[in-house]
Amino acid sequence: MTNKKSDFVRPDGRKLDELRPIEAKVGVVPNADGSAMYKSGDTVAIAAVYGPKKMHPQHNQDPSKGQLRCDYNMLSFSVTERIRPGKNRRAMEISEITKWALEPVLLLDKYPNQVVDVFINIIQADAGTRTAGINAAAMALAHAGIPMRGMVSSVAVGKLDKTLVVDLTKEEEDYHEGEGPTDIPISMTDDGKITHMQLDGKIGVTQLQEAVDLAKGACAKIYEIQKKALKDAIDLENGGKK
Amino acid sequence: MERKVVIPGETIVEGEDYLPGENTEKNDGKIISLRYGLAEEQNSLIKVIPLSGVYSPRRGNTVVGKVENVTMNGWVVDIGSAEGAFLSIMEVPRYVNKDAMEEVFKIDDMIIAKIWSIGKRGIDLTIKSHGLGRINEGLIIKVNPNKVPRIIGKEGSMINLIKEKTGCEIDVGQNGYVIIEGPDLNAEIFAKRAINFVTENSYISGLTDEVTKWFEENKK
Repeated sequence: MTNKKSDFVRPDGRKLDELRPIEAKVGVVPNADGSAMYKSGDTVAIAAVYGPKKMHPQHNQDPSKGQLRCDYNMLSFSVTERIRPGKNRRAMEISEITKWALEPVLLLDKYPNQVVDVFINIIQADAGTRTAGINAAAMALAHAGIPMRGMVSSVAVGKLDKTLVVDLTKEEEDYHEGEGPTDIPISMTDDGKITHMQLDGKIGVTQLQEAVDLAKGACAKIYEIQKKALKDAIDLENGGKK
Repeated sequence: MERKVVIPGETIVEGEDYLPGENTEKNDGKIISLRYGLAEEQNSLIKVIPLSGVYSPRRGNTVVGKVENVTMNGWVVDIGSAEGAFLSIMEVPRYVNKDAMEEVFKIDDMIIAKIWSIGKRGIDLTIKSHGLGRINEGLIIKVNPNKVPRIIGKEGSMINLIKEKTGCEIDVGQNGYVIIEGPDLNAEIFAKRAINFVTENSYISGLTDEVTKWFEENKK
């Protein structure tokens, strides 16, 4: 297959299936009920969770179950050229995508008429902000004590010309040789079930399957980092302080 | 099984010898955690004790709340939960004149009450019990509601220790509000520091001994 083309060199010298250096931490926003920071290379996302609390406005209340509400926002200084702060089409789409990616693992049946608010802020962007946002949000939801069936990990797989690579940077996203760039953000649970997948570009069916397998391996690595961050937040020996 | 931190979706133990308790689920012979917290075993029953998150009300809890509104037949009380709480005049152990409800409790009064039912319409409170009613004076502090059991300790050992050492009267609401009433402000602040010490070191085993040590070190 095409991926055997091992002479392909990534601009930052990473292997094809190598992730950027990741840092993760929970409890970064003291006033929130749960919070987390997820950093992948130069992309930094902070997620804060509030609730479960009463849904407002009242006409949005669902008496059969609780709801999840996500808000993705890029700060104006997160990119090289200042972006206008506030909601835009892209932010609204990603907010909704994040909600769809996380909803399948949440157990909100016991919270009728209530809502869990997730606020994701991208403080520094270098591609892969929606996946970083989802990773941070999953950790923040767990940290807020929301009942969940599992964690969600997210990674973007890209096709640069004919080669599949994991976790694109902005530089790679702007690759314009051969077939050009294809971006496939994928989110999955820790047992490998896909909760979200997007595709921007063109790719064949067999290669798409390869991309999913590649994402599976990368998500397993991200899951371990998320797990470690949550466990490290509590130190049983030293009285819980870090 | 040893006490350990678990994350949602993590397998706590495998095998048919265990039963799933609070915040866990059994799937394919594995006990899986559904919440972030501490997994503990009690007579082969595995449960996860949450360490974070908002207060979830239970029937019989003693809570501290603030009167938010006065209505025709009772008071709306904010107890820090998603559902609103209501104290009906039927649950006040004395005669209440409906034209002068503010004489009993007015907006912004702090009260200590008990949850007597949780229904579809919300939480109902009662003050028909000893020690419940309006809080007239004292220091009110907010702690993480998940740490309330640590402050109280086994059969009240911790709270009694703090009461004895500081000379303050302390009431703990399950929703995380602590009322400290002492002979003077210094004693109240001393008790507050002791409670903060407990919440910050809540994972140490043998915490009561640690607190005794803390009192010796910080004795005025």
